[in-house]
Amino acid sequence: MNSLKGRLFLILVTATSLIWLVATCWIYIGATREIESVLDARLQEAARMVLSLASGNGVGPAQTEGDSEQAPEIMSYERQLSCQIWSLDGRLVARSSGAPDESLGEKRAGFSQRMIKGETWRVYTAEDTAKGIRVSVGDRLGLRAHLVEEIIKGLLAPLLLTIPLLGLLIWASLSRGLRPLQALARELAHRNADDMRPVATGKIPGEIQPVVDALDHLFRKLRDAMRHERELTAFAAHELRTPLAGLRTQAQIAMVASDGGIREAALRQIVVAVDRTTRMVRQLLAMAKVDSTHDAKRSNVNIGDLIEEVIDALPASDSKAQVGFDPALKSTVVTANRELLLVAIRNLHENAVCHMLEPGIIRWSMKKGSDTLAVYIDDDGPGIPDDEISLVTNRFFRGRNKSPLGSGLGLSIVDLALRASGARLVLQNRSDARGLRAQIVWGIVQDGEMQPSLTDAHRSDFKRFGPYLSPA
Amino acid sequence: MRILVVEDDPVLSDGLKIGLGLYGATLDIVSSCADGHAALAADAFDALVLDLMLPDGSGLDLLAALRSRGDRTPVLLLTALDEVPDRVRGLDAGADDYLGKPFDLEELAARVRAISRRNSGRAAPQATYNGVTLNPARLTAAVNGECIGLSRREFAVLAALMDRPGTVLSKSDLEAKLYGWQEEVESNTVEVHVHKLRSKIGRAKIETLRGIGYRMRPIAS
Repeated sequence: MNSLKGRLFLILVTATSLIWLVATCWIYIGATREIESVLDARLQEAARMVLSLASGNGVGPAQTEGDSEQAPEIMSYERQLSCQIWSLDGRLVARSSGAPDESLGEKRAGFSQRMIKGETWRVYTAEDTAKGIRVSVGDRLGLRAHLVEEIIKGLLAPLLLTIPLLGLLIWASLSRGLRPLQALARELAHRNADDMRPVATGKIPGEIQPVVDALDHLFRKLRDAMRHERELTAFAAHELRTPLAGLRTQAQIAMVASDGGIREAALRQIVVAVDRTTRMVRQLLAMAKVDSTHDAKRSNVNIGDLIEEVIDALPASDSKAQVGFDPALKSTVVTANRELLLVAIRNLHENAVCHMLEPGIIRWSMKKGSDTLAVYIDDDGPGIPDDEISLVTNRFFRGRNKSPLGSGLGLSIVDLALRASGARLVLQNRSDARGLRAQIVWGIVQDGEMQPSLTDAHRSDFKRFGPYLSPA
Repeated sequence: MRILVVEDDPVLSDGLKIGLGLYGATLDIVSSCADGHAALAADAFDALVLDLMLPDGSGLDLLAALRSRGDRTPVLLLTALDEVPDRVRGLDAGADDYLGKPFDLEELAARVRAISRRNSGRAAPQATYNGVTLNPARLTAAVNGECIGLSRREFAVLAALMDRPGTVLSKSDLEAKLYGWQEEVESNTVEVHVHKLRSKIGRAKIETLRGIGYRMRPIAS
């Protein structure tokens, strides 16, 4: 059964009925025993009484008083005792009315049980050898059973009558007790699919509080995910459609302008816009490629060579920046996917170049700890406002200090590419000067600083990064 | 017509400056919310073209601040977010019109003309006063039904004067309508433009109030 209420109802009713049944059995056994001992005591007492009253010969022979009323009145509690007085030589001296002719008891003193005319009799026999008589007093066992039966009947009748009442009461109590659960279910059922507000149903019982908490937590996470998704879409739309709007506007100017100078300027702007859009498309493709690269093949890569390759590929003529290079990089080899690492380094380098508003220096350096390696690039640009540092790796996010050429994808690509090659990107504004330090880190990092000691929890991590550090 | 554009994309804002300029407007361009606030505080504009996603915040915040201080400058939102809920949110925040990127330059110019026309309390596309009819869509004027070609500057002076025909505009008022921040203003250009304008539409149409400025001559009573 799927209904909690139904289950509880069934359990409660069954349990109650079972308890009642056990109690009834107990009462039955107890009552049977009690009645037996009381009636046995009565038999004994009656037999002794008759024995003390009867004198050896004074009793007339075979008094058969009221013999006509032989039929036993089983259902009546009157005249249930039968008495016989026998002489010790086996002669029936006297018997009470309703007593059978045959001997009730055995020829010895004490309790006995015997079948007479289809009925079982319980008999007590007392002897007096001085008087020469034996007195047997007995009653029918059926009568005793009937007595117990009547007691149990009296007990069971009200119980059976109250069971429906009890069921009704249990059902009502359950309905009342489960009301908070029903309210919660109703609230959830009536929700809109995009309604991510926390569950608020007044008083929530302690038992379902964990469920409600888990739901709220899930709602919160979903809400954040949905907001993130919306923001991503908004940023993407902005970054993709704005250059197109610029292109279209400039193209229309070129079409309607009668002035040759204006037309030429518009065409130049179109070229700039196409270049930018091209870069955007390239970045999107790079992103898609990095995104789809799983289990990239890793090999030993000389970081210095990669950086030099990136620097050489960039046209130095239109850059305001001088590039510095730490020679130690040339003797540093890491295990990584060459393509991914190249993409990351190129993007970091381009980023630094794009953000150099005035002539300055871009410097590639490295720092090697016992378990860690950090390769970093410093620029003299504006840096990233502190509140944006955690956001700049989001796709299409462009902060306040964005460069006009940017696509909002560069740092996300770097982040993804480094993760896929077992390293990570750490961004921080330089403490020594204006500008940004972007670090590629293998090993353990906390708050952007390298941690020389490793806790046990980090050791397994270290095993993943550690062996990749090897001298050339 | 003087228009402020808040847009952070250099190619697009250059396109707007030149493009709307071709349709007779004088453009000022800023690229952030903060600069937008400063520009609006310093100058009066006939219309504001506002991008929503700016590097230092949302254009909607700028719009809200503008409306909360009672500024009635007509605002056209220009943004990549042009789903229905975005448009509704923008219009409900106090914008007069909404255009999604990419857009048609001609349409943008027409919409800007429309919102600024509404703001000056006019519904008809042409302004007519004392026999002079101004057609902002074609940058032309007609005197007593006869069409007259005007230069961009001449048109701007006439449009400014005809916007509120009764009021007097000083020389510096007219300069503000004619030139953006980056443009050099020669000392006697307004006089030159007014002179040329008079020779085209008739001397008597524009009245000079010495030491105060210019206005359209009232209809003779």
